[in-house]
Amino acid sequence: MTDILRRTGLALGLPLVLFVVWWVTSAGSENFFLPPLADILAAFTATWTADRFAADVLPSLVRLAAGYAIAAVLGIALGVLVGSLPRVRAAFEPVLEFLRAIPPPVLVPILMLIAGIGDGMKVAVIVSGCVWPILLNTVEGVRAVDPVLADTCRSYGIGGAARLRHLVLRSASPQMVAGLRQALSLGIILMVISEMFAASTGLGFTIIQFQRSFAIPEMWSGIILLGLTGFALSLIFKFFEARVLAWYHGLRRAERGRS
Amino acid sequence: MSTIMGDATATTGLPEGQAPDTAQRSRRLAPATWPYGLLGLLVFAAVLEVVPRLGLVPERYLPPMSRIVAALAEEAASPALWTAVGETMKAWAIGLAIAVAAAVLVGVIIGSVPFLLAATSSTIEFLRPIPSVALIPLAVLMYGTGIESTLMLVIYASFWQVLIQVLYGVQDVDPVAMDTARSYRLGRFGRIRHVTWPTALPYIVTGVRLAAAVALVLAISGELIIGSPGLGHEISQAQSGGAVAVMYALVVVTGLIGVLINLVFRMVERRLLAWHTSVRGEAV
Repeated sequence: MTDILRRTGLALGLPLVLFVVWWVTSAGSENFFLPPLADILAAFTATWTADRFAADVLPSLVRLAAGYAIAAVLGIALGVLVGSLPRVRAAFEPVLEFLRAIPPPVLVPILMLIAGIGDGMKVAVIVSGCVWPILLNTVEGVRAVDPVLADTCRSYGIGGAARLRHLVLRSASPQMVAGLRQALSLGIILMVISEMFAASTGLGFTIIQFQRSFAIPEMWSGIILLGLTGFALSLIFKFFEARVLAWYHGLRRAERGRS
Repeated sequence: MSTIMGDATATTGLPEGQAPDTAQRSRRLAPATWPYGLLGLLVFAAVLEVVPRLGLVPERYLPPMSRIVAALAEEAASPALWTAVGETMKAWAIGLAIAVAAAVLVGVIIGSVPFLLAATSSTIEFLRPIPSVALIPLAVLMYGTGIESTLMLVIYASFWQVLIQVLYGVQDVDPVAMDTARSYRLGRFGRIRHVTWPTALPYIVTGVRLAAAVALVLAISGELIIGSPGLGHEISQAQSGGAVAVMYALVVVTGLIGVLINLVFRMVERRLLAWHTSVRGEAV
């Protein structure tokens, strides 16, 4: 019991201290850019009403989800293909290395040119940025399949879909999840950037709009909402990872315990 | 529960950096693969040339490869491009350096004191996933379109990348090695220097390599959105001016910079960690 209390205390202590410090130091702040925290929180509840949520936050999240899902399917499918064929991999590697090295935000102006400033452009930006970490990590994971397991599969005559599902995807999944995790934080960044660069709705657009109209407490509340969104998405991802990779983490722990 | 979670995240933090057996295999294959790679690049370039020429994609969206290369050559002859590259690299280098120094210092301190680690982990877990681009409006208000705005984004984004790796690394210290150092009466500083640092170094180097890529992304985003001078700004100007070939040429430049940064950091990694098993194995 005391252990639980101690741990909650440790987990909540610093955030609480920081919150109080922010509250106290900003109270009665005359600085136009750093309004009192009380004002920001008041603006938060006033600004992010259900209507606003449906009009601005939801479209952003839907675009992110769509782009992320497409990138995941595309990245894993291509990654498995490229990873299991050594010659194809050799041919693709330099091109992929180059395409990955292009900072994804520069694609915003390009895709804007091609797809306008609608939803399609934003989803395309998210896809074209998120696909690389997923693709390259999948290639690495597929390539690193344990040769003993691969041989075992072959001697048992396991091939085709069963081999793909039970051997290739399974043993590459830790790498894939690592790629998916990188892609998620990239996806959030791209969602915001694509909206900041050109949009008429969305979280990024709204925040920039507040900043341009000098609605400072509202702007701060938007930044906080964006932060909370990032935090919530990473929590969901952690939950997903703990479920999908439970076998892997157990394996790692057992190996560590033994060595 | 918290130790289990800590362990779980620590192990998945690793796979990006340390894959000795795959590295070894690629090394063995290396001499035979480069013709395929060259072929791949040539085919890629040919597709980019042919697709717009055949009209599959209108030329005003995607000019043929040869026009992009011509624009690149023209740009390369003008000092404007090199100033922009210089500005971008300046923001990248300064931001990365500050972030790495701060993250290593903070990480080693927090990581070596169990109480601090327990007290800060919830805060770190909260602050880390906040997308750094959320700071753009704040940066614009505080610093306008100067380099400081971009620096702020670069530092925020790269700081967490490195800090997390440092924390994993510091926690990965072998308890036996630590006890041995203690029985040899190494002081706190001596233990950090001779036990903690070598253990954490591979993690730190991985963190810095990841941060270097992220820093470039954020430097370019900052320039693109905020408009501080640099390649990102040039790209958005080329786009709004309708100079499509120039825009693509600039994008190619950013890609080349990215590749270069990757290559340099991989080389540094091999040099710095020549003693480490993951690299030693590769050389055999």
